[in-house]
Amino acid sequence: MSAWSVTEPSARSKGIAAVLVILYTVITLLPLVWIIATGFKTGPDSISYPPKVIFEPSLEGYVNLFTDRTRATPEQLAAMPPPENFVDEIVQRRGEVITQPSKFGERFLNSVIIGFGSTFLSIFLGTLAAYAFSRFRVPLKDDLLFFILSTRMMPPIAVAIPIFLMFRQLGLSDTHLGMILLYTGVNISLAVWLLKGFIDEIPREYEEAALIDGYTRLQAFRKVVLPQAATGIASTAIFCLIFAWNEYAFAFLLTSGTAQTAPPFIPTIFGVGGKDWPAVAAGATLFLLPVMIFTILLRKHLLRGITFGAVRK
Amino acid sequence: MAEIVIRNLRKEFGDFVAVRDSTFTVGDGEFFMLLGPSGCGKTTTLRMIAGLELPTGGQILIDGEDVSQRPASQRDIAFVFQMFALYPHLNVRRNISYPLVSQGLPRAEVRAKVAEVARILGIESILDKPVGGLSGGDRQRVALGRAIVRSPKAFMMDEPLGALDAEFREHMSEELRALHDRMGATTVYVTHDQLEAMQMGDKIVVMNHGVVEQFGTPQEIYDHPATMFVADFIGSPPMNFLRFEGGFRPGDRSVSLGGTPIATPELREEAAGRKLALGVRPEHIAILDDGPYRGRIEAVEYLGTTQIVTLSTPHGTLKARTPSDRAARAGETVGLEFAASTLSLFDAGSGRAFRTAANAGVFHG
Repeated sequence: MSAWSVTEPSARSKGIAAVLVILYTVITLLPLVWIIATGFKTGPDSISYPPKVIFEPSLEGYVNLFTDRTRATPEQLAAMPPPENFVDEIVQRRGEVITQPSKFGERFLNSVIIGFGSTFLSIFLGTLAAYAFSRFRVPLKDDLLFFILSTRMMPPIAVAIPIFLMFRQLGLSDTHLGMILLYTGVNISLAVWLLKGFIDEIPREYEEAALIDGYTRLQAFRKVVLPQAATGIASTAIFCLIFAWNEYAFAFLLTSGTAQTAPPFIPTIFGVGGKDWPAVAAGATLFLLPVMIFTILLRKHLLRGITFGAVRK
Repeated sequence: MAEIVIRNLRKEFGDFVAVRDSTFTVGDGEFFMLLGPSGCGKTTTLRMIAGLELPTGGQILIDGEDVSQRPASQRDIAFVFQMFALYPHLNVRRNISYPLVSQGLPRAEVRAKVAEVARILGIESILDKPVGGLSGGDRQRVALGRAIVRSPKAFMMDEPLGALDAEFREHMSEELRALHDRMGATTVYVTHDQLEAMQMGDKIVVMNHGVVEQFGTPQEIYDHPATMFVADFIGSPPMNFLRFEGGFRPGDRSVSLGGTPIATPELREEAAGRKLALGVRPEHIAILDDGPYRGRIEAVEYLGTTQIVTLSTPHGTLKARTPSDRAARAGETVGLEFAASTLSLFDAGSGRAFRTAANAGVFHG
């Protein structure tokens, strides 16, 4: 028998914890696995019942995602030169020809521009505002902070119609700038509040030491405060990006063409040539990647950021 | 190195007055202590000298130049913080070189200076370590290194030993004083520890409630406190007060405590029918078998060569420090004798010390 210890859990409770964590992981990852798998199925496989767990992988979904196609008659197909690559081969095997590349690439790029653009802007403005709130005697500080938070006290979509009208008046409808400003507006309250917490935790003495060492206030902010706040900035950036990246309602309402993001675009794939589940799943899979990569890159900071305050540095 | 002159310095935070009308001079090369209980304004004064706070009124002159409204970065003053404030994202070398980098010094020169400072402080072996894992003493040395590396006009130290444990503090205070003596740098040092102030300081300013109570050498402050606050704050146990009512005239050499005349230094002021306090240090009380002024022993604390004897008298409780070879038993009534030349006399109402032949040379202004 080992001695009972306050700090080290017993082997049994560790075992139970492991089982629970694994179970939870499986449950949360299952839909993800389903989506990724569906992206590699053929149309019939994707809707077969019972669902196929083992199947022959196909790139049909991805090909469909990136192309617009039309049906061709057997005569037309026979008249065509033999397929030059696997894309043509997949398409021709199903009796179709590619008419043009689909809009998915553009929409995806829009998502990247708007998502990262608004995240950058939220963090930039949020850090400056949070620093000011944390360090300076701002008149009406508490009221201002409350006011900033109040923008979060209702679902943003509740103000969709005024925003729609405003955007139309200002010529911001269906523009990248419009969407970046909108997402920044929604995210900035979160950013200011989160970042203020992180900056409050950084002792003032660090900046004061830098001021004494001959740096200006701005240099001290850049060289001493920012590196210290990196953890907070990283986790705040992830929250901002996830919101802007996944946002559907405003994107659906305010964008339709040039600035349309991926979320409202992906469902429109349905309309082309029946219910093309593999293409939708392929789009969703690709759509997951940037946030996943971003999160993995900042993972170290994120973990420390989310548990901040719990453990003294 | 520099002389620092503080004139009528004042700082208000909203309605709260942190420092009111402070005036004192830090001589070139002095190790100068700002002493007082927490909240007395000593740290605010230090921060104003460094430029981390701007004064509401008054002047700060460094080498004759008024710098009161200049930012910290333009005052050429180094500051050692209580928690050291080493930049956590930089290693020891980069911490120390930080102030030089801000001046845009060439890299070779920076390296040479950092190496020299590291040698002086004996921290060459940890130069490339991150500051996170350092011991308290090494952090302290790195903080000092960052301060001395650019040879500033003066050093400000805000309770630099406060974060160290007692054992190490002793050692570090010797090291600090030795470093100061070698460099001859003007140093202003904030502490609430009167022992530290007495041990290390050339001069001491005692502050309370934002007011400078006294300014002088450790001996002057200990022997001739200007106010009852100073008398009580300095010394362990502190100065005793025998409270009585009465009066005296210039030239008198004694006061009457309940009919018993007590010899004092020659008095230079006049008082009549006032509440007074006679100040006597514990070590200036002798316990006799007989004598006109008597007290009863309440308790005895044995300290080795000396003992602290607590006595009750008609004018209040006294603590006497006497050699421990004289047996003292609780309950005994004994005679007390005070060393006349060491006594201070205070106005119990205002707390101010009266001028006597003994303290005449000490009080400024």
